[in-house]
Amino acid sequence: METKNIMIVGVGGQGSLLASKLLGHLLMEQGYDVKVSEVHGMSQRGGSVVTYVRYGNRVNSPVIDKGEADYIVSFEVLEAARWLEYLKPGGQIVTSTQQIDPMPVITGAAQYPQELVAKMRATGAKVDALDCLALAEEAGSSKAVNIVLMGRLSHYFDLPDEAWQASLEAMVPPKFLELNKKAFQLGKNA
Amino acid sequence: MKKQLMLGNAAVARGLYEAGCAVASSYPGTPSTEITEEAARFDDIYCEWAPNEKVAMEVAFGACLAGKRSFCGMKHVGLNVAADPLFTMSYTGVNAGLVIAVADDAGMHSSQNEQDSRNYAIAAKLPMLEPSDSAEAKEFTKRAYEISEEYDTPVLLKMCTRVAHSQSIVEIQDRVEPPKKPYEKNIAKYVMMPGNAKRRHPFVEERTRKLIQLAEETDLNRVEMGGTEMGIITSSTSYQYVKEVFGDTVSVLKLGMINPLPVKLILDFASHVDHLVVVEELDPIIENHCRRLGLKVTGKNVLPLEDEFSQNLVAEKLGGTVHRGAALDDAIPPRPPVMCAGCPHRGLFYTLNKNKCTVMGDIGCYTLGAVAPLSAMDMTLCMGGSISGIHGFNKALGEESEGKTVAVIGDSTFMHSGMTGLANIAYNQSNSTVIILDNSITGMTGHQQNPTTGYNIKGDPAGKIDLEALCRAMGFNRVRVVDPYDLKACDQAVKEELAAAEPSVIISRRPCALLKYVKHKAPLAVDTSKCIGCKSCMKIGCPAISIKEGKAHVDSTLCVGCGVCEQLCPVDAFESTGKEG
Repeated sequence: METKNIMIVGVGGQGSLLASKLLGHLLMEQGYDVKVSEVHGMSQRGGSVVTYVRYGNRVNSPVIDKGEADYIVSFEVLEAARWLEYLKPGGQIVTSTQQIDPMPVITGAAQYPQELVAKMRATGAKVDALDCLALAEEAGSSKAVNIVLMGRLSHYFDLPDEAWQASLEAMVPPKFLELNKKAFQLGKNA
Repeated sequence: MKKQLMLGNAAVARGLYEAGCAVASSYPGTPSTEITEEAARFDDIYCEWAPNEKVAMEVAFGACLAGKRSFCGMKHVGLNVAADPLFTMSYTGVNAGLVIAVADDAGMHSSQNEQDSRNYAIAAKLPMLEPSDSAEAKEFTKRAYEISEEYDTPVLLKMCTRVAHSQSIVEIQDRVEPPKKPYEKNIAKYVMMPGNAKRRHPFVEERTRKLIQLAEETDLNRVEMGGTEMGIITSSTSYQYVKEVFGDTVSVLKLGMINPLPVKLILDFASHVDHLVVVEELDPIIENHCRRLGLKVTGKNVLPLEDEFSQNLVAEKLGGTVHRGAALDDAIPPRPPVMCAGCPHRGLFYTLNKNKCTVMGDIGCYTLGAVAPLSAMDMTLCMGGSISGIHGFNKALGEESEGKTVAVIGDSTFMHSGMTGLANIAYNQSNSTVIILDNSITGMTGHQQNPTTGYNIKGDPAGKIDLEALCRAMGFNRVRVVDPYDLKACDQAVKEELAAAEPSVIISRRPCALLKYVKHKAPLAVDTSKCIGCKSCMKIGCPAISIKEGKAHVDSTLCVGCGVCEQLCPVDAFESTGKEG
């Protein structure tokens, strides 16, 4: 099987590490070779962060390059737009509709671009946009946006629900499991 | 055998465990930190955070001398700090095995330069192994111990960001206790004074000759023959990019041992291919070696000396398929890292900006004080450089700078290499003002304990250095503590200490807002009927505050109620939401 590529993008501190851990576990359990590449250190401090998840028969490079991502999972609209060039022609974006102003916008040095979802669609990208923050809050915590997104992403994978649930159980601390299971279902069924 | 998806750094830690490593001493530094953090999960390995890399390496040397396999890990610039023991440990060799991991940061994701650590292996005449994924990271760690003991040498294990911080599949094995190596007194081998060192140097040269022989034969270096039109010599993550782009349409000599480099193996490989290429990030080390062997080679004439590589870059430069995607026409505003909401450094940097101070900076989260709108930093060089730097700056300019220049340094960085600079100020008497930003943790690398926190790497109670007492003992009469959330107190402290006619230390003390034990106040909200849209609160660059429809707005999911913005508001528009986070 040709290597498949998933990028998880967002703002430092939004919980992309748990999402990538979950995907890594899920895909390894399916018998794939998997590589997950993360960002640590300075760039985590509220900056733009990206995690690469790659799987297939044999995965070489730990990173995803421009034009290679089958899926971009985004916690924030501007970040989806920032990394759009990494999407394969006709690839799928799953994004939360949340908007977080970066510092240059806060200070007035730059504008937050408008109509980003429509503009991304106009490039040929398939964009599934939903208010993951509201769904996460409905599940019980604004921190569960990552799992809402995973629930939504599960739509595009031909994998049984049990496989996702097993990985959730393996990767989420027991006391947050029920909350996250709810977040997953809310994302999936939205 | 159990398979696990494992971070490269965690795989090194697993390798340490399986190899029977007993002592690990390190200083945190991205991208190396998780090696020692993960090693600390194994009760069979004594692990510690040392105050700096030089101390850590000497601890590891002492432990290997005592007969236990030992380890020390650091980032590339940490090896500069530890270079002194490194070069002479090459002469003494080891008793039990000693492995030193050094993690380079091509692309400078979290570093102040992108030096290539392979130069140290060459200069110190030490073997260096370089894994290309997590499975190799574990395997090479274990092999490094074998080489260390067989060839009587410390062994360098070179990581890089993409190997250290990528997870790939690793097979777990059991720990094997290595053979005992009782300590035996050996003055000629371990006491490096001139007469003894003179006799050890020929040993080092002979060892290198033997290691070159190892490089010719070891399976750490392997040839993967494919198409013979192009033959690529590569290592580490560059190997992965090459395989990604070219698969087996080219032949590859994949080097796992990158110092010393083989001769016959490379000549033989070159003779089987039409066109020889070297793909290596940063310096042309393999390439120059090939040129010295008289080979015609493509390398840095097409590939860059700077930044990290990727599959598209390799494809573009060497004739593979370059992938492209569609970008938007809109300008996408950058999202640089910023000080977190509630960061205790913010109030202090606001004060320095307001007082138009010249600020000698240092390495840590607080380097972000250089970013707009605070822009409160003039220089950042290296660990501890702020304190030594201000002394030189003030000696050069005297009264012209003394009354408006400060040095800022974090608690962990101060312990790392700020203390010696402070001793210089106390001894050579410059009228300098040093601010220790004590957030009670090593923040930037992800919350490691240090000698001022009172806890060790496992979170158990440990010794705790009293910063005030330390500064006073060095001879500073003016040592004061200030709460950086209190802007008035900060302003007064900075003004008074700058005006004082003798050197002084201000300790700006409040724990990092991200620490789990820190209790936050309820988020603030803006009473828009009071807000006059003056943007005074925007001067602190808090990510939780923005202007919406001409009025200040607080993002309640980010705000931790630190109250710094509240003190800047001329009309008292901020109010507590009362909902504690």
